Amino acid sequence: MPEGILCNKTPIQNEEELKRLLADTRGRQYYAEMQELEVDRDKLRTTLANTFRSRFKTWLEICARCGMCADSCFLYTVNQRDPKQVPSYKIQSTLGEIVRRKGDVDGAFMRHVMEVAWSQCTCCNRCGQYCPHGIDIGVMMGYTRGLCFSQGFVPWELKIGSGMHRVYRAQMDVTPEEWVETCEWMAEEQQDEWPGLEIPIDKEDADIMYTCNAREPKHYPEDLAEAAILFHIAGENWTVPSKGWEQTSLSMFAGDWEACKLQAMEVYAAMERLRPKRMVGTECGHAHRATVIEGPYWAGYRDGQPPVPCIHYVEWVAEALRTGKLKIDPAKRIKTPVTYQDSCNYIRNYGLAEIGREILSYIVEPGYLREMAPNKEHNYCCGGGGGFNGIGMFRPQRNKALLMKREQILNTGASMVIAPCHNCWDAIRDLEEEYAIGISWSFLKPLLIHMVEVPEHLKPKEEDEDE
Amino acid sequence: MYQFLTGPMLWISFAVFFVGLAARVYLYIKGLHWQMDRVAYGHFNDRGVKWALKSILFWLIPFKPMCWQKKPIFQTLFFLLHIGLVLVPLFLYAHVMLIEQAWGVSWPTLPGWLADALTIAAMVAAVMMAVRRVALPEVRIITTLHDWFVLLLSLAVLATGFFSAHQQGGGDVWVLAHIALAEALLIAAPFTKFSHIVLFFCSRAQIGMDYGIKRGGAKGRGIVW
Ligand code: SF4
Ligand code: SF4
Repeated sequence: MPEGILCNKTPIQNEEELKRLLADTRGRQYYAEMQELEVDRDKLRTTLANTFRSRFKTWLEICARCGMCADSCFLYTVNQRDPKQVPSYKIQSTLGEIVRRKGDVDGAFMRHVMEVAWSQCTCCNRCGQYCPHGIDIGVMMGYTRGLCFSQGFVPWELKIGSGMHRVYRAQMDVTPEEWVETCEWMAEEQQDEWPGLEIPIDKEDADIMYTCNAREPKHYPEDLAEAAILFHIAGENWTVPSKGWEQTSLSMFAGDWEACKLQAMEVYAAMERLRPKRMVGTECGHAHRATVIEGPYWAGYRDGQPPVPCIHYVEWVAEALRTGKLKIDPAKRIKTPVTYQDSCNYIRNYGLAEIGREILSYIVEPGYLREMAPNKEHNYCCGGGGGFNGIGMFRPQRNKALLMKREQILNTGASMVIAPCHNCWDAIRDLEEEYAIGISWSFLKPLLIHMVEVPEHLKPKEEDEDE
Repeated sequence: MYQFLTGPMLWISFAVFFVGLAARVYLYIKGLHWQMDRVAYGHFNDRGVKWALKSILFWLIPFKPMCWQKKPIFQTLFFLLHIGLVLVPLFLYAHVMLIEQAWGVSWPTLPGWLADALTIAAMVAAVMMAVRRVALPEVRIITTLHDWFVLLLSLAVLATGFFSAHQQGGGDVWVLAHIALAEALLIAAPFTKFSHIVLFFCSRAQIGMDYGIKRGGAKGRGIVW
């Protein structure tokens, strides 16, 4: 059974392999090898026997083929109602076919499945809300991705992504040393403006353990600084772990369940080591999904709960505003038409829709909020979810997928989009780049920093300088 | 023939129907797995049960779920067809009378005109659904022979039932056809998509628990369908 050097059924095991894969520009060799990659049918059959259970079996079987899911899927809509984009069709023609043929499929078929699984579904779970039988195609597509991954049919970027988690326990090559250095550097940088500000590392028994997205230390360290400033202003007793600080999971997008487990366990180990009262994660949707919602299951926690209670950043912000730990200067509230992007991963799939609105009620001048339609649990995916943003070979499809969000935003008439999710934020940035509709976009942190009232005792003492 | 169809064959049909569907429910529940499904069944039971029930109930109420609101025509077809196939047979005078003759138990029945109207409505709904399957590209692409079998058998049971109630002489042809087709439906139920008679409830309960236990139930969000 021929296996490529880069494209094969074995996940990344070490840094050397990872670097070799990274060096293959745009995955040219990787995808060439995939053309030759064969399916290990016995393995596929065994995987199905062990993991394909009554829930999926029933979903595939009783699907009434009623087509109610069609209009629910934004990819169906933006692709001119192409019948091949009907959620039921997408899953029946991929997973359904694999199951009916009992795994007896070839490489060409798996390449097709890969295309459907990563470019025709963002696993946003919206269709599940509209299906009379409650059939969640997004969940099944996630499972299908796992089958693809186990056979080596996974987009290049996501093999790298899951490899990163395997090697660095982070979605990017940020070592624990680099992470700690970045924290120290950011704390130091702020001293002039925020004397006494700390980013406490590995503090035990803190109230909050903060975790983030590796992109923050790697590319936007100011985000980390902003988180620190807000905790500082709110007077929180908080910490970051030196290990287990990465909350995201590209392995979840890749369908690499083993790496998912390794990554989640790393964060849980930090919780157990530092015993914080709770964990607060950054403004990221899939990170929350991976570490808080799905992670405990990968880790084998029977009650589906992480070791300590975990909340999303928006929950912390809402709580801080509610309890007065953060106070907004009314004069500085947003006074331009603004809209809010509901992230699938913690709105539809975690019930935080009203929390978002609570925050908006503090930071947006009454009358300036322009809700998208539909919104809250019924909102559409940003267009780049489920890993779609990061896959080069599916960039044209992703750009098309952005059209729904473009429409939605344009219809609100808002000039600014608040997007407390890395994926959504990226998608909306790309949307502006691609279609130039004249909008700005932002996480919550930078907005809050500019409108929050700073308690006297935290302000730099200017008279010191005078003396 | 009549004797056979209303005697042993009827018993066999009911036996296959009830035992078969019970087996489907049993196998469904047995095949659930907290870790594979990533739903902590058995934990947070209050939320789990509440959402399972809500998830089922919502879809049985017209205009409750967003889907029904957005698709009022399909919703109407759906309810009419299911009323004709589930409720009418249970409260049909001719059926209840048979049971009374056999076991001496009976219950209130629908007035003839209403039963007729609901049956006709169900037949129209079935025909419209068939038209939909052909006319709408998004439905046509996913339609299989199996779906036609389920739809046409349902329609045939309704039609033969209606004609047997209204035949003007001409022997028992419609009655026999009606009984035979209805028995075919009962026997097919556990092995075909008719199994949604029970699996609809299982599937809806499961997704309700999924949301109630794991995806938002803890945050007290109301129903999101
Ligand atoms: S809405 Fe549900 S039952 Fe209908 S076709 Fe889609 S997945 Fe199947
Ligand atoms: S999960 Fe979302 S993207 Fe995937 S088929 Fe359903 S609605 Fe479409």
